[in-house]
Amino acid sequence: MVGNKINWKITTLLILGGLFIILPLYLTITIAFKTPQEMSGNLFALPESWSIQNFLDAIEMTNFFQALGNSVFVTVITVVLVLLTHSLVAYAIARNMHKKFYKFLYFYFISAMFIPFPIIMLPLVKQTAMWGMDNIIGLAILNAVMQLAFNVFIYVGFVKTIPKELEEAAIIDGASTWQVFWKIIFPLMKPMHATVAILTALAAWNDFMLPLVILSDSSQYTLPLVQYAFQGQFSTDYNLAFASYLMAMLPMILIYIFAQKWIIGGVMRGSIK
Amino acid sequence: MVNKKRTFMIMVIPAFLLFFTFHTYPVIQGIFYSFTDYKGYGTWDFVGLSNYLNVFQDGRALGAYGFTFQFAIVSTVLVNIISLLIAIGLNANIKFRKTLRATYFLPYILSVLIVGYIFKFMFTHLLPEIGQLLNIEFLSSNILGSPDLAWIGIVIVAVWQSTAFNTLLYLAGLSTIDQQVYEAADIDGAGPWAKFWKITFPLVAPFFTINMVVAMKNFLMAFDQIVALTGGGPGQATESISLLIYRGGFQGGEFAYQSANAVIYFIVIVAISIIQLRVLERREVK
Repeated sequence: MVGNKINWKITTLLILGGLFIILPLYLTITIAFKTPQEMSGNLFALPESWSIQNFLDAIEMTNFFQALGNSVFVTVITVVLVLLTHSLVAYAIARNMHKKFYKFLYFYFISAMFIPFPIIMLPLVKQTAMWGMDNIIGLAILNAVMQLAFNVFIYVGFVKTIPKELEEAAIIDGASTWQVFWKIIFPLMKPMHATVAILTALAAWNDFMLPLVILSDSSQYTLPLVQYAFQGQFSTDYNLAFASYLMAMLPMILIYIFAQKWIIGGVMRGSIK
Repeated sequence: MVNKKRTFMIMVIPAFLLFFTFHTYPVIQGIFYSFTDYKGYGTWDFVGLSNYLNVFQDGRALGAYGFTFQFAIVSTVLVNIISLLIAIGLNANIKFRKTLRATYFLPYILSVLIVGYIFKFMFTHLLPEIGQLLNIEFLSSNILGSPDLAWIGIVIVAVWQSTAFNTLLYLAGLSTIDQQVYEAADIDGAGPWAKFWKITFPLVAPFFTINMVVAMKNFLMAFDQIVALTGGGPGQATESISLLIYRGGFQGGEFAYQSANAVIYFIVIVAISIIQLRVLERREVK
């Protein structure tokens, strides 16, 4: 604001505040490498040796790679389903908003944003169990249903900004509505796809409540659910527990480090809508 | 043209059916069963409004509402104050802006449950040690173990994590403000305090509204961090409404009773969101 002078007072304050964000993560990393004996010493100290034994134990105990596979599966399927179907639905709604049925559909979907999950939880669990959907495929489908409201909202907002002339030209050239969507609109939606993909992936990856009530077989547990299920066995072995937590968070942290500019941009774009 | 109409129909009908089956139908079922004595299995009878009347006389349910409101209001206010301050800081002329922004946004990508477990360790082992070292009375024991203080621990975790997203929203809001407005204020001799209340705050007001409503709604639905930190305890001191519905519905055989509770919960959330929007939007116009 005052010319181009760097404001060091604010910079220092923000760095100090940032330490508060980093501290829990610093503790997680160091404790994951420590031995139980080291826990009685200074908690802030670095581990004496960077042994990966805790990680190996945690991998074996929690069957980490199975849980990782489940989490990746659910997240990928959810994102693919959401990108392909929600954009399509939003396109049809946005281009027919003048018709009563589509307008109704729009507000019908969006109203779901205000419905708290617990109200549908009990009947939904009964229903999914009865229909054999209490597995990770069912979970991915339910994720897509739960995210529909928000995604339709931001996709419709975006489609409205795409000029209709583009489509009209293609239709004159003999393209069908399907072709118009897949060849013209879908590629144009790219910035919104990025936003939706990031938000959906984060929600699916970190979700706890829906997997908790839906999944019945422990071999299909996702990473957060595994941490919950093993609380009893971790008991006071914090080194083992923290190694497990760190591995569960690491995939997202790594993606974040390499794509943070992209992720922050994507979330911001979604929030301005 | 008829063809085109049919194509659009084909585009939305499958989504409509899926959404109805897995969202609307369960809502209808939930409302239906709230008027019965269904346990989740076996036979049931209609009981009229008695489930609803019972919720209002149930100490445990009222306790859950009390705790949830207290937690949600305090967290919402704190999150909004802190994230607006951070956003203003990040928007100023500072060094390492990108790194700092990335740091402050980091909590958003982490699992709420796992963050809760990490903080639980800090509350149980780290803080008491520091408290004893510095002779600070209320820190020297585990605050999660105290029925009067446990909710503060949950607020701290919620604020730590939610500040990330709200900061980003405020940053988006601040970036819409034209720098020339500040330059004009400088010429008029406005101090930083006046600039904040007369320029910054009114111009980010729409973002303030959204942040207040969204944060409040999310905190009213708190579940993950409470499971991780206290499991609703000590006793039922930190049992949120979501946790109560989950416990009672799945473990307590209270399918119908908790469905009634969920319907009340739904009405409460919608009512609060609407009131917030009304009040805050009226302020915006001024």
